[in-house]
Amino acid sequence: MSPLTFYGRSFASRLLLGTSQYPSPAILSEAVRASGAEIVTVSLRREGARVREGQDFWRLIRDLGGAVLPNTAGCHSAKEAVTTAQMAREIFDTPWIKLEVIGEADTLQPDVFGLVEAARILTNEGFEVFPYTTEDLVVAERLLEAGCKVLMPWGAPIGSGQGLNNPFGLRAMRAHFPDVPLVVDAGIGLPSHACAAMELGYDAILLNTAVAKAGDPVGMARAFARGIEAGREAFLSQPMPPRDMAAPSTPVLGKAQLV
Amino acid sequence: MDALSAPLRILVNGEPQDVAAANLAEALAALDYADAVVATALNGAFVPKRKRAETPLSEGDRIEIVAPRQGG
Repeated sequence: MSPLTFYGRSFASRLLLGTSQYPSPAILSEAVRASGAEIVTVSLRREGARVREGQDFWRLIRDLGGAVLPNTAGCHSAKEAVTTAQMAREIFDTPWIKLEVIGEADTLQPDVFGLVEAARILTNEGFEVFPYTTEDLVVAERLLEAGCKVLMPWGAPIGSGQGLNNPFGLRAMRAHFPDVPLVVDAGIGLPSHACAAMELGYDAILLNTAVAKAGDPVGMARAFARGIEAGREAFLSQPMPPRDMAAPSTPVLGKAQLV
Repeated sequence: MDALSAPLRILVNGEPQDVAAANLAEALAALDYADAVVATALNGAFVPKRKRAETPLSEGDRIEIVAPRQGG
């Protein structure tokens, strides 16, 4: 199978895993390893001079050895997101940024106008932008024009675990952008959701809460890895077209006459 | 008056603090961040590490000091 490629870097795993909300740092590490994820998402938050939570966390992430995708979570304007991205580039030493510009507090849906604006600024500054967006095709076109080479539509609101709320929109996006790496980011609750997105031809899945908040995050990380692999292989194997009426799978010809 | 001897009242991560520092690099040292992996912003604008020593501070400035943290 061909590898997943983002901005010239290739990866065997198609799962991008968030690092938040795990019961402990040890379980976070174990879950990342069990998932096989080679890319983890991280954030930046205020650091206290005395309680330096960030320093220990950063050591733990570096020990995992994968690629780091910093986010701009919680930013509500393009300006805030751009400043956060600039700080992240210095700390994490990567041009990658998962760009979130939040537009609505209840749904955490992106402010797509601010998103396009920030994507343009950051691309011009040499960033490689992973935009958290909706399945809107026109916004997607604008993001590509702004220089994004990856698109990350939501499956459902962040942390909701609802799965794929708009399979039609996601299918249309896949069909419309056959050559752009597409990642379903947010809203995934179960391996079956991730598998369904991969069956639609999505290139990868980014999730966090579904693993971190599972009763056994390590087991769930493994389950997601398998679900994503199954969905990918199913997509490549070209699923049969569905039909309305039954069609016998056992040959009719040659059946014994018993009445 | 020597700038270093006159503490400035500034906001550090949202908390008011009196810091005897003429620039951002001195403020980080005075606040005990000298050896920490952090990034900084002054009044909402990113200040790269290499520019901290040449970034003067004024009364009422807002400094943000951030570090890696868990994220989705």
